Amino acid sequence: MSRLELLTPEGLRVDGRRPNELRKIIAKTSVLAQADGSAYIEQGNTKVLAAVYGPQEVRHRMQILHDRAIINVEFNVAPFSTSERKKRSKNDKYDNGIKLQTSQFPRSQIDIYLQVLQHDGGTLQACINAATMALIDAGIPMIDYVCASTAGCIDKQPVLDLNYLEESSDSPELTVAILPRTGKVNLMSMESRLHVDMLESVASLATEGCEQIHTILDAVVRDTTQHLKDSLMQ
Amino acid sequence: MSLRAKSFIKRTKKGNVIKVIKEHYLRDDIWCSSALCESCNHTDALLSATPRATESFRTPHYIVPDTNVFMNQIDIMEHPAIKDVIVLQTVREELRHLSMPIYNRVNAIVADKNKRFYAFSNEHHKETYIERMKDESPNDRNDRAIRVSVKWYANHLANGKKKAPITVVMLSDDRDNREKAKSAAIKCSSVRDYVADLTDSPELVDMVVSAKDASEAQAKADGKIEYEEHLSQVQIANGVKNGKFSQGTLNISGHNYLEATVMATVEGKQQNVYIVGRKNMNRSIQGDTVAIQVLPKSEWKKTASVAIEEDEDEATEMKAESENTDGMDVDNALPEMPTAKVVGIIRKKWRPYCGFISKKSIHGTEGSTSAQNVIFRAMDRRIPSIKIRTTQAHTLAGQRIVVAIDSWPTTSVLPLGHFVKTLGSSGDKETETEVLLLEHDVPFQEFSKRILEDLPAEGEDWVVLDKHVHNERRRDFRHLNVCSIDPPGCTDIDDALHVRALPNGNFEVGVHIADVTYFVKPGMPMDEEAAGRGTTVYLVDKRIDMLPSLLGTNLCSLRSNVERLAFSCIWEMNENAEIVNVDFTKSVIKSKFSFTYEEAQNRIDDDRMQDDVTKGIRTLNSFAKKLKQRRLEKGALTLASPEVRFNLENDSQDPVDVELKELKDTNALVEEFMLLANISVAERIYSKFPDSALLRRHPTPPDSNFEELRRALSEFNISLETSTSKELSDSLDRAVIPSDPYFNKMVRIMTTRCMLQAQYFSSGTEAEQDFRHYGLACPIYTHFTSPIRRYSDVMVHRLLEACIDADLTYGQELTDKMRMKELCDNLNFRNRMAQQAARSSVELYTNLFFRNKVVEEDGHVIRILRNGFVVLVQK
Ligand SMILES: [Zn+2]
Repeated sequence: MSRLELLTPEGLRVDGRRPNELRKIIAKTSVLAQADGSAYIEQGNTKVLAAVYGPQEVRHRMQILHDRAIINVEFNVAPFSTSERKKRSKNDKYDNGIKLQTSQFPRSQIDIYLQVLQHDGGTLQACINAATMALIDAGIPMIDYVCASTAGCIDKQPVLDLNYLEESSDSPELTVAILPRTGKVNLMSMESRLHVDMLESVASLATEGCEQIHTILDAVVRDTTQHLKDSLMQ
Repeated sequence: MSLRAKSFIKRTKKGNVIKVIKEHYLRDDIWCSSALCESCNHTDALLSATPRATESFRTPHYIVPDTNVFMNQIDIMEHPAIKDVIVLQTVREELRHLSMPIYNRVNAIVADKNKRFYAFSNEHHKETYIERMKDESPNDRNDRAIRVSVKWYANHLANGKKKAPITVVMLSDDRDNREKAKSAAIKCSSVRDYVADLTDSPELVDMVVSAKDASEAQAKADGKIEYEEHLSQVQIANGVKNGKFSQGTLNISGHNYLEATVMATVEGKQQNVYIVGRKNMNRSIQGDTVAIQVLPKSEWKKTASVAIEEDEDEATEMKAESENTDGMDVDNALPEMPTAKVVGIIRKKWRPYCGFISKKSIHGTEGSTSAQNVIFRAMDRRIPSIKIRTTQAHTLAGQRIVVAIDSWPTTSVLPLGHFVKTLGSSGDKETETEVLLLEHDVPFQEFSKRILEDLPAEGEDWVVLDKHVHNERRRDFRHLNVCSIDPPGCTDIDDALHVRALPNGNFEVGVHIADVTYFVKPGMPMDEEAAGRGTTVYLVDKRIDMLPSLLGTNLCSLRSNVERLAFSCIWEMNENAEIVNVDFTKSVIKSKFSFTYEEAQNRIDDDRMQDDVTKGIRTLNSFAKKLKQRRLEKGALTLASPEVRFNLENDSQDPVDVELKELKDTNALVEEFMLLANISVAERIYSKFPDSALLRRHPTPPDSNFEELRRALSEFNISLETSTSKELSDSLDRAVIPSDPYFNKMVRIMTTRCMLQAQYFSSGTEAEQDFRHYGLACPIYTHFTSPIRRYSDVMVHRLLEACIDADLTYGQELTDKMRMKELCDNLNFRNRMAQQAARSSVELYTNLFFRNKVVEEDGHVIRILRNGFVVLVQK
């Protein structure tokens, strides 16, 4: 149909991955000196920077909540991030379903800034993962990591972690975010049509992806913490 | 898994230049798939442990063809003798860009496990991926990638643990590439040399396409240039843009293969431009998209067309042509027609052609097997003779064969081609029917086992069960007096009707259509096959079914006294046959009678019959008349086309009598309600799927289509108004000559030929005012009533079911307008082919009928050519 072949007869995808493989992930924390916590994450060619400020005093007194903190998320796509540059408004906000212990910080505000530097599919999942890392970096107590991953469906074959090419060729895409320790699902979002018969297998593949991401992110966090510990011990 | 970023510069549609970076993963888990290899981890090895060894390559080996081998020699690659082949990813990707049809054929071979073609992902293999070097063209890089992969295979198979010696041979017709391979110690061969060793399949040698350069070089050496060079695509594009050239589809006259027309805009008017003579056609072939340049007015066409029977050899052909162009005597009665010459071919429509070898062109004595050039003549008279080289000339004489065109150099009067396969001896009815099906691209192979597995397991014993009635929101209509009316001998009954009086004085009228989609679900192999076939094809003596006959003639067929599943359209109508209300539902029915048109008519006419069924038919008949009356008032056309029926002698199936099909009142009865159902359904699915409803439209024919007919009728002082179907319909009613009762029918037949084809389309791809059906004079229309024999109706059933059942889950096949458009394009193509095949089949039988027979009948001349005329004979 379309001239592009998304899945070869041998079951390889356009970029050479098998259906159940994630793209390469690079994650770093504390990348911005002026933020309270920050993280940079690359999932394939999708690159996101997250910065966390707070907990701090609430800027607009009207918004104060007396029993917990308010969270303010701002999402921004760099004009050079997509292959075809287009203007996006700042209000392209996602509710990213982050689970914080907000009751520990009443009457305060936490700002999360997300900047998409490069977009190659799966922006939402990368933002959630980056925000998680930045919040951990800021030392804000959380119930658990929030790990997100996407999965879709090409020719009835569930595939993990779609890139832009796969996304834009009309394959349905499901984003799932979970708390890996309990397996509780935080978010499930899909903006395209998917046959209900496929939903279960696609969702479970996405969940598997979340678990793999959790392992990778956890290793990064432990590694950085170890570093910190080592440098303190010296 | 290692990663390499692939970046390249791309120009977008808007004209911006952007840099694209793509990820490209290289892996170490892509296996060689050889059954002999023990170092790889593959489970089901595709390549056999004992591939072929040949005289020149004595070690058993797998074949690795390069891109051009697939491009030029695809017929050979499809031959059953060629097995154990490695198809490189580089090759498949190049094919995808070069030719979609070839790419699809290669994929079909790869999917056929018996052929043992292994698609090796060399571009993602850690050891076979290569970067393009500086100053290396993409083509050279790909050739090198192919050689690297062949080398890798050779080493891998030589070094790894294995059970027997094995190697690979590269096939390439590019001498340069072969030289480079040889210097890297890679075994390689040209296709011609390789198949020469396959002595068990001698026909392969005939099937080799001579490399284009070679044949052209040879022809150039012969010296004479016959044709102008074609312009480059860029020159054509510029010429079209600045109005110097026009582009259009070449349509060669059925009476004269040296005269063609192209629809183009000349002097601001969309009209037919004539292209006369071989030189002006400049190697374009029927159906090609060509760029033309209009000739100066002094060379415009002033005479009537000439009919030409193709002569046997080239010399007389050229003579016929010069007579055609030189000896024109000016006939002032005809207006001048613009003429043009072809300056370039934008898209070639070459395909394999069925035909025969001209006996006169065969030289040498019977039984000689030396190679010689012979002239092949296609069954399609619009296709030029093709020169082929063969060793089997004498065996092929008198046979129907398939030939493909390889090239048409400027130095050759005729195109050059190669033999593909033999079909059987000419004149044999089986062979001729196969020719006819092949020529119209009708898929006619038996349904495969995989498809038949989709049929219900109960087979012929399948019956309607309680669960069908209760669990599936079906309404139970088994108690109603449903009956069907069809031509005699009809076994695939798609539709049945009922009517009953309602307490409020209105009537309930139901049209019940076979519930095919209950059995044929999206994504099933059976569904894909049916979508590909598009329609059942009716030939004189044969029917090529769209669905397996268990469904078509049994489980779906609404036969009498059997419970069947149906999709029903139920109207409440008042006594004037006006719709008060419409409802759609899945149902279970039990038809009480399957009438022929004649039986139904007899019941209506016989006053003694006063049972409910007969009364029902009478009510339906009177409603149908009212509906028809209203339709005609709105301007629906009643056109005629000469439909022919043969009475076949039973055992030999030779035609013994021809008659035109006769229409009865009851034909119209069924037709009226089918039209009404189609309209009601069209409105409903369009309201729910504004972007992707499958509809059918019939465009208004352009005025110029009627010009010839109008000129002819003016001789009888009859005028023809064509701007709306209403005006046309009225002027057709006036086109009567009292002394000739057949005259009006003939005008209607000729008007039919001025019409455009009705088409399927997806509602999201056309503006709403273009939905109109000109012939039926209604604003929206679709096909719902024959799902057994038309795939469009299957699709419409699915759309309608999604409209009435909110819980139904459905996929993109119903909502994606581009997918729907592609489906429609295929259905339109299949339909056109099916109609043409049916017509050719009638022609074939007409010829058989008139063979060795002289019959005297009266006829009407409907078109005059300079040296012939076309006659319509009534009987
Ligand atoms: Zn191996």
